[in-house]
Amino acid sequence: MPIPTRHFDALIIGAGGAGLNAALQLAGAETSVAVVSKVFPTRSHTVAAQGGVNAALANVLPDNWHWHMFDTVKGSDYLGDQDAIEFMCREAIPTVYELEHAGVPFSRLDNGKIYQRAFGGQSQDFGGDQAARTCAAADRTGHAILHTLYQQNIRAKTHFFDEYFALDLVRDKEGVISGALVLEIETGEPLLIEAKATLLATGGCGQVFRTTSNAHINTGDGCAMTLRAGIPLMDMEFYQFHPTGIAGKGLLITEGVRGEGGFLVNKDGERFMERYAPRAKDLASRDVVARSIVTEVKEGRGAGENADYVLLKLDHLGADVIDKRLPGIRESSRIFAGADPIREPIPVFPTAHYQMGGIPTDRFGRVVIPARYGSEEIISGLYAAGECACASVHGANRLGGNSLLDILVFGRLAGKDIIEYVRANPHRRETDPASLEQAMARLTRWERTGDGVPAHQLKAEFRKCMEDHAGVFRTEEVMAEGYGKLCELRERFKDARLADQSKVFNTARIEALELENLIDVGLAIAVSALNRKESRGAHSRPDYPSRDDINWMKHSLYYRDGDRLDYKPVRTKPLTVESFPPKERVY
Amino acid sequence: MTDPTPIPDPDGVTDEEIRRLRWQCRRGMLELDHLLLPFLDRDQGYRALDPVRRAEFVALLGQQDQDLSNWFMARRVPEDPRVHELTQHILAVVAAYKS
Repeated sequence: MPIPTRHFDALIIGAGGAGLNAALQLAGAETSVAVVSKVFPTRSHTVAAQGGVNAALANVLPDNWHWHMFDTVKGSDYLGDQDAIEFMCREAIPTVYELEHAGVPFSRLDNGKIYQRAFGGQSQDFGGDQAARTCAAADRTGHAILHTLYQQNIRAKTHFFDEYFALDLVRDKEGVISGALVLEIETGEPLLIEAKATLLATGGCGQVFRTTSNAHINTGDGCAMTLRAGIPLMDMEFYQFHPTGIAGKGLLITEGVRGEGGFLVNKDGERFMERYAPRAKDLASRDVVARSIVTEVKEGRGAGENADYVLLKLDHLGADVIDKRLPGIRESSRIFAGADPIREPIPVFPTAHYQMGGIPTDRFGRVVIPARYGSEEIISGLYAAGECACASVHGANRLGGNSLLDILVFGRLAGKDIIEYVRANPHRRETDPASLEQAMARLTRWERTGDGVPAHQLKAEFRKCMEDHAGVFRTEEVMAEGYGKLCELRERFKDARLADQSKVFNTARIEALELENLIDVGLAIAVSALNRKESRGAHSRPDYPSRDDINWMKHSLYYRDGDRLDYKPVRTKPLTVESFPPKERVY
Repeated sequence: MTDPTPIPDPDGVTDEEIRRLRWQCRRGMLELDHLLLPFLDRDQGYRALDPVRRAEFVALLGQQDQDLSNWFMARRVPEDPRVHELTQHILAVVAAYKS
């Protein structure tokens, strides 16, 4: 039976901030645009972003985009592409004003201008005094942005396919991407959406790790589709971990707890950070604290029944201080850890938070790969934006306030570029039946019955393996062992089966499809990390403790085929200003 | 603004209803995943509610993530006392499971 087909100028997969901002540009230009989202759009993970958006508006303190650029290059540990960073920091200003005009209720100063708060890693005058650069809508910035963009899209008549799961990209006979095969979750029926341009905006992949702050929906779907299309993922070894997530749950416990005098202890009640960082102790840098926690657990000094976490103690601060200065922490701990921190410590473990790498793009959101004519050849008609993409503005580590900025700037610019692309390429592309069949096979494989390991059983094992072997503790020995286990898991997954063969809202099937995506993306992280023999930004290796600019100031490119790696140079030349040469990163 | 949500079967809880609701319990915020999905799965959770309460749970799923988070995390109290009761009940069921 033929698969029903719909046609649009542009297809956007993912309805977070990046996807919706791109869609808004397209719908406003009277380009027909479809947005596919596996959950209702306002339940996208952007809704969880509380911090804000960096833009050098200079409303509170002197500022300019060039200082913002300096901070971002430095924060990236010099792995960020300086042309893309300059572009983002310049574009931040009109992007924020555009959002303001669209109706985002930014917090205000008494003079009516947008309020801006100070965040870590921000400076005035190239490393001088603290800057105030982050625009926020109280503590619900992501929510405000997502809702504003969604409502504007409804007004602009963007076509939404809510609760549709993207299975795979498809191509025409010339090999050009012609859209995607998607699955209607409610009916279990496939739908082919053909488009002249396709934008992947599917967000991060935090669910790769057992302990993560990411919602369950963050399963790296766009990244995995890209890998299966033969396109590499870039810099996937750079994954940001927060040292203190609620053990077993992943929810963040802010660093403010330790800033207010809270401290970490092991099962013996020892303040172990005194051994790892005698001066800074519990206020040492994130990677040091995270690795110390994991070391305590690995060496048998973890607390709890399974000895798999440490304890964050703050009862000595007293109820008044906890309630006044750390609002929300007490409630979070009580609900999710069953521990009231006024009386008992919070069980914590490092939690996976943000993916710096992703689908390689240029600053217009166009997917680029090494090809015959250079290291960055454009793939016609394919775009990516947001956390799943890597325009290389975060390099080896992301600054607070730059993630919402990334999704908004590059979502907006990708949308604008797609408008031009569609005008220049107005003809419909017909999907090659062989490509469609290949995409359908992803779905039909789950119709096989008989013996085989239940798919859901492999999920916990996989995520634990990623946490143990590709998380914060990265030595050659640990990672090589992990790679072996992951390869074995990947093989076992090929024989996985589903007990539930129903069609309507078969969430077990969706979760199996997501697990396949997680395994593909997890391998990208593990292989890239194993092979980068230096410490830079979020990638921290005790066996190679220094940054090595001579050999490793380059981007990793992981290909799924044969777990192959390639590398390409960092773009150190900005668009209009002088380069910032690598320096030791001191704060 | 609330999202579209399905209507529960008045005669009893069907597997299809649970599957449908499971997807509605997938949210943009991890804390909501950790509350709504276990509530759906526990014997004393959704399946133990009477039809009126089940309809209220379905209506709750139509609320915005930010509001749900504020209510569960005690940052705000819902205006409707029935909603407040339900959020407290969900917290109690999930807490009982943990202990």
